[in-house]
Amino acid sequence: MLYLRLFFEFFKTGLFAVGGGMATIPFLYDISDATGWFTYNDLANMIAVGESTPGPIGVNMATYVGYLTGMSQGGILSALLGAVTATLGLITPSVIIIMIIASFLESFRNSRYVEAAFYGLRPASTGLITAAGLSVAVSNLFFPDALAQGVSLAVVNWKGCVLAVVLWLLTNKVKKTKGLHPIVFIGLSAVVGIVFSM
Amino acid sequence: MNILLDMFLTFAKVGVMTFGGGYAMLPILQREVVDNKGWATEEELMDYFAIGQCTPGVIAVNTATFIGKKYKGIIGGIMTTLGVVFPSLVIISLLAGVIEEFSHIVWVQHAFGGIRICVCVLICNAVVKLYKKAVVDKWSVAIFLAVAAGSYFLDLSPVVFVVIAALMGIGLQVRKGGKS
Repeated sequence: MLYLRLFFEFFKTGLFAVGGGMATIPFLYDISDATGWFTYNDLANMIAVGESTPGPIGVNMATYVGYLTGMSQGGILSALLGAVTATLGLITPSVIIIMIIASFLESFRNSRYVEAAFYGLRPASTGLITAAGLSVAVSNLFFPDALAQGVSLAVVNWKGCVLAVVLWLLTNKVKKTKGLHPIVFIGLSAVVGIVFSM
Repeated sequence: MNILLDMFLTFAKVGVMTFGGGYAMLPILQREVVDNKGWATEEELMDYFAIGQCTPGVIAVNTATFIGKKYKGIIGGIMTTLGVVFPSLVIISLLAGVIEEFSHIVWVQHAFGGIRICVCVLICNAVVKLYKKAVVDKWSVAIFLAVAAGSYFLDLSPVVFVVIAALMGIGLQVRKGGKS
């Protein structure tokens, strides 16, 4: 049953993704591998849409994945049902965990074990996002089809690499632009992509 | 107005105004929840937000649930949670349909080709920011490297890494406690 699976996969994401919206990305890659509901490219597009629309990015991506997965079953109604199912799956563990913690607020805040667990969880979560980011980078800065036939200069997406360097400078080094909202850079990249046929 | 409906609508407003990550929502929560409605004090809000950051799941959802539960019990927590995700459901469902409709057009594909490069850079920036907070000594460097390499090269669920890392954190702490 597709919807049950959708709920379960996002329940898992909500339960184990620690550290905010970006932490859901490794789980979405895992879902892509396990189910084939969407490709890595679809996922990178969803991240961009999730970043550029109102609402928390993790919720946006769950809704988006649910919508597309539901749509593969038929019309708009199954798409909406998919969107709702995935989103509820993502938030159900949060609701359960927070309800419990809210009842034991003091002991949770002062617990040595909770603090200790997070000492391990924070670098692990960062490591998972790094690995997911590496997958996105490899599939976009190189041409995966050409890469399969052997390594040469033709496998590198040069236009993409130049754009990546420019964006990195704009978001980290250039004083005037580095504080701007990501949507500005996403918009800029869309224009560059159209102009240079990326 | 019915208080539960008011909670739903207020958090729907917070959801609309939270653009991107959960961090963007803090100033909005301060204005709506503390100043306008008085559902929590400034100190309580900071506590809820801090716990929302370090519990599993989306920070915005965790914080919303917490405020609702503390103010009006379980039903309150459910209303604020549904409120904060409601705008996403509406907006993304509308957009996803439109994007799918146009996705076969060549220039739309080029636009997303550029956008995906931007996503790489955004993830890279997020990782650098998280790294500075998460990786504080040689054990955390080791956990970071092991998980990054393990997750990239092995075909394992992220769940496995999360569970092992939490246990390792507790194990290291117990060992350190035993020594002192």
